Amino acid sequence: MKKPIYMDYHATTPVDPRVLEAMMPYFTEHFGNAASRSHPFGWAAEAAVEKAREQVAAMIGGSGKEIVWTSGATESINLALKGVADFYKDKGNHIVTCKTEHKAVLDTCKRLERQGCEVTYLDPDKTGRVSADQVREAITDKTILVSLMLANNEIGTIHPIEEIGRVTREKGVFFHVDAVQGAGRVPFDVNACNVDLCSLSAHKIYGPKGVGALWVRRRPRVRLTAIIDGGGHERGMRSGTLNVTGVVGFGAAAEIMKNEGLAEAERIGRLRDKLEKAIFDRLDMVYLNGNREHRLSHNLNVSFAYVEGEGLMMALKDVAVSSGSACTSASLEPSHVLRACGVEEDLAHTSIRFGLGRFTTEEEVDYVADLVVEKVNKLREMSPLYEMAKEGIDLKSIAWTAH
Amino acid sequence: MAYSDKVIDHTENPRNVGTLDKDDPNVGTGLVGAPACGDVMRLQLRINDEGIIEDAKFKTFGCGSAIASSSLVTEWVKGKKVEEALTIKNSDIAEELSLPPVKIHCSVLAEDAIKAAIADYKKKKGLA
Repeated sequence: MKKPIYMDYHATTPVDPRVLEAMMPYFTEHFGNAASRSHPFGWAAEAAVEKAREQVAAMIGGSGKEIVWTSGATESINLALKGVADFYKDKGNHIVTCKTEHKAVLDTCKRLERQGCEVTYLDPDKTGRVSADQVREAITDKTILVSLMLANNEIGTIHPIEEIGRVTREKGVFFHVDAVQGAGRVPFDVNACNVDLCSLSAHKIYGPKGVGALWVRRRPRVRLTAIIDGGGHERGMRSGTLNVTGVVGFGAAAEIMKNEGLAEAERIGRLRDKLEKAIFDRLDMVYLNGNREHRLSHNLNVSFAYVEGEGLMMALKDVAVSSGSACTSASLEPSHVLRACGVEEDLAHTSIRFGLGRFTTEEEVDYVADLVVEKVNKLREMSPLYEMAKEGIDLKSIAWTAH
Repeated sequence: MAYSDKVIDHTENPRNVGTLDKDDPNVGTGLVGAPACGDVMRLQLRINDEGIIEDAKFKTFGCGSAIASSSLVTEWVKGKKVEEALTIKNSDIAEELSLPPVKIHCSVLAEDAIKAAIADYKKKKGLA
């Protein structure tokens, strides 16, 4: 078994060797600019890009003509939200989203608010889910767009997208889905779900970093104001020379996901369940974050009471995971997703996210489970909170000094 | 962000983890930080009647830098006079452990823990 062990597949994934193989000729041999219409170098690149459009669109049940290539899902999300908000500003200025969305959505919404939009941030239930009824109640005659993620990147919770899509279609409101974490891994079809815009990323599905896509429905047509001008590429929605190698890799990765993703998700789910069971059977005072039923099969997010997340990550030094603790990021607040689910700040600081994937082995899962149990026990022996809790002291009764 | 070798050493081999009898009149206990902030340090000092810190124990809930900061101060204060221990500054701790700016608050907490433990001792002895 090779160390360190990678269990952070929500953050990124390694490029599948089959994907890399598909990309290689486009670095050296077929290096043309896909926008060069006058010679074979350009034609070869363009043909590869068009094939990739079909491959990526097929993963979500759409048409290749509806794909706009971007630099990644953050750009796709920016284009979807800002593009719709600007183009349809005469129709309305209200957007509905959820507090557990990715910062790419939340920060974009905040900017739009400063520019005159109104945004409703729905409160999810304790497992991170919103209901179609909540969306229905939030929609007003000023609403132009509902933006929700297919599956959450921290806790893996899957929203009832199909039911929500019925509501947005009935109300005549556009529906943007951030499908970065869920596409290819859970059943999802843009037509069955009445989605109008869908953001995707290559590097979360074993493709390269630096390439994403925004799927934009053609019938009924969704129009956008571009944010990047210059050359009119991508039907004017996103100018700039295409990252041909990245696009080819994205296409290859999407095709593998379409063919193998659901079966793979089942296999990975069995490994995840094994890891979850090993941890919950052998440790007390551990809490699952997210929704046991509606959850990505490769996600496991657990709060280990009285053990701070970053301290635990450091103790798990041969294992790459991530934490909802503030200490892991530039911000000092713990995970906004856990907070939105009503997880208390102290427990939010103790959360660890395990993300399993295509190359995770059972041997790795067994090793990680043993290591987690050992290190949590060791850190609890060092934790004043654990000692106090064992003595029966109510930690909430203490006048803590916030710092 | 990579950790310094000293932080890694203290977290892998923490010094003086444990509990002293908080009801012992010669033991001062300092409990600082807050669970909601992700850092809680408990520092306990056994101080003899000459004002010398004979023993120090800690328990910490926190990140690696918080654990290392508290582990380090237990080493530093042992054998010192109370007045000397009070001169330990958070900047000394941060420098020794090469803490990055985002972790300076861990060293501040460790300094606060020394002060809180000594204050508790002085209160018990009627010196405060």
